[in-house]
Amino acid sequence: MFNLKSGLTTVLSVALLSSTMMSATVNAAEVIKLATTTSTDNSGLLRAILPTFEAESGYQVQVIATGTGKALKLARQGDVDVVMTHAPAAEAKFVNEGYGTTPRGIMENDFVVLGPKADPAKMSGSKDVVEAFKKIATTENTFISRGDNSGTNMKELAIWKQASVTPDFSGYTSIGQGMGKTLLMANEKQAYTLTDRGTFVAYKAKLDLTITFEGGEQLANPYQIMLINAEKYPDLNHQGAKALSDWFISPKAQQMINDFKVQGEQLFKATYN
Amino acid sequence: MNEGWLALLQQAFSLLLSLDPDVWSIISVSFSVSFAALLITLIPSIVLGFLLASYQFPGRWFVTNIVQTLQSIPTVVIGLLAYLLLTRNGPMGDLRWLFTQQGMILGQMMICAPVLIALSQAAFSSIDRRAWETARTLGASWQRAIWTVCRELRVPLLLAIIASFSRILTEVGCSMMVGGNILHHTRNIPTAIALETSKGDFAQAIALGLVLLILAIVINFAVGSLRGKAMPRSQ
Repeated sequence: MFNLKSGLTTVLSVALLSSTMMSATVNAAEVIKLATTTSTDNSGLLRAILPTFEAESGYQVQVIATGTGKALKLARQGDVDVVMTHAPAAEAKFVNEGYGTTPRGIMENDFVVLGPKADPAKMSGSKDVVEAFKKIATTENTFISRGDNSGTNMKELAIWKQASVTPDFSGYTSIGQGMGKTLLMANEKQAYTLTDRGTFVAYKAKLDLTITFEGGEQLANPYQIMLINAEKYPDLNHQGAKALSDWFISPKAQQMINDFKVQGEQLFKATYN
Repeated sequence: MNEGWLALLQQAFSLLLSLDPDVWSIISVSFSVSFAALLITLIPSIVLGFLLASYQFPGRWFVTNIVQTLQSIPTVVIGLLAYLLLTRNGPMGDLRWLFTQQGMILGQMMICAPVLIALSQAAFSSIDRRAWETARTLGASWQRAIWTVCRELRVPLLLAIIASFSRILTEVGCSMMVGGNILHHTRNIPTAIALETSKGDFAQAIALGLVLLILAIVINFAVGSLRGKAMPRSQ
């Protein structure tokens, strides 16, 4: 009986000790929580380049991929260490209100309008994306909107605004989901949608849709990485966040962004110089 | 959190009490879809449960085990199955039911049928077979006899119905996959909560969560009082 007891005690103390040692190996200072958008994650860019940063710096980056709105909200609440998004207006507000610091434009890609190959709204050849959007509304074609406050969703709403169209025509479908699922639904319903080029290329093989409109400065999509104000949240991993931000603007990382290709297409253009 | 809990709760209650149209559209989608799924599956499932409990037939053991297994499959897997059935190139693609309420109803039927069948089978197994045979020998038609047995078993059957309804009313996986969370059309309580949380807008999520919570409390207290009445006589 006594033996059993002491045996149990030994087992328990070993278990306790080993669990504390295990937790010590993933030290909080070594983890960087990066809130970013589904477009950088779905396209595979981060999976391609972050391991290099991790190997060089010894940090471990945990990516939380969500819409731009939620990513900035997480940053505002001090739930993450660093944030990378693509919605200039929302980012400016985030910095001006004292939550974000050191915004750096690191890269850009562009948005494209996808639609059925037959292009029932006859939008190809429009002079700009505003005119293309107007055609969707006047012909009452189906348009799938992400409706999730993401950067893409904000961009889409801004275009409707420029077109002075209230997005509530009969074909307008707001689904509150990420880019990938939106593309799959647009494909099922053979509808129009606005997407970043990266996610489109990543999903191209699965889709029976084509680019019905592209180009023009309204469809530019710049990405920024921002640090979080240390005065508001002193206990975050600011050192790691700064190391990651610095690495993103290094010539090496900028080159890796330019070299990243999906199915032979370059998705992102490095813009920090 | 820089918004206090109290402020969020206040916003949530005011959304519910001010009859916010978006919130109530979500609630009505939830209930109408789940009620439809329950109503369509109700009679066939209870009849099948009765047959499994009362008759020996080849394959009975197999069917019983399949039904038991289906009960424990995660709803996302059933959602995946329904998605593959309904997708454009799938076997039922011509119906164009993917991302519609009909598609959601189909998925929820697949979720609630096994629960109903298994629980009603258990209920019918608990009753003495002689009740059924007596009714039949007294000249009752079989529908009439089943009805008599069902009245006898109303408490466990009602519990079965409540259990299966609460399962489909609260599942998120299948509704999200097959319904697609379309505003005013296929956005129901669970998918809306998932979306609002992912946007970081907690007030509406809490308001909808409260609806489910209040419903759960009402149902559980009702069930509790039913169970109390259905207690077996003390030995």
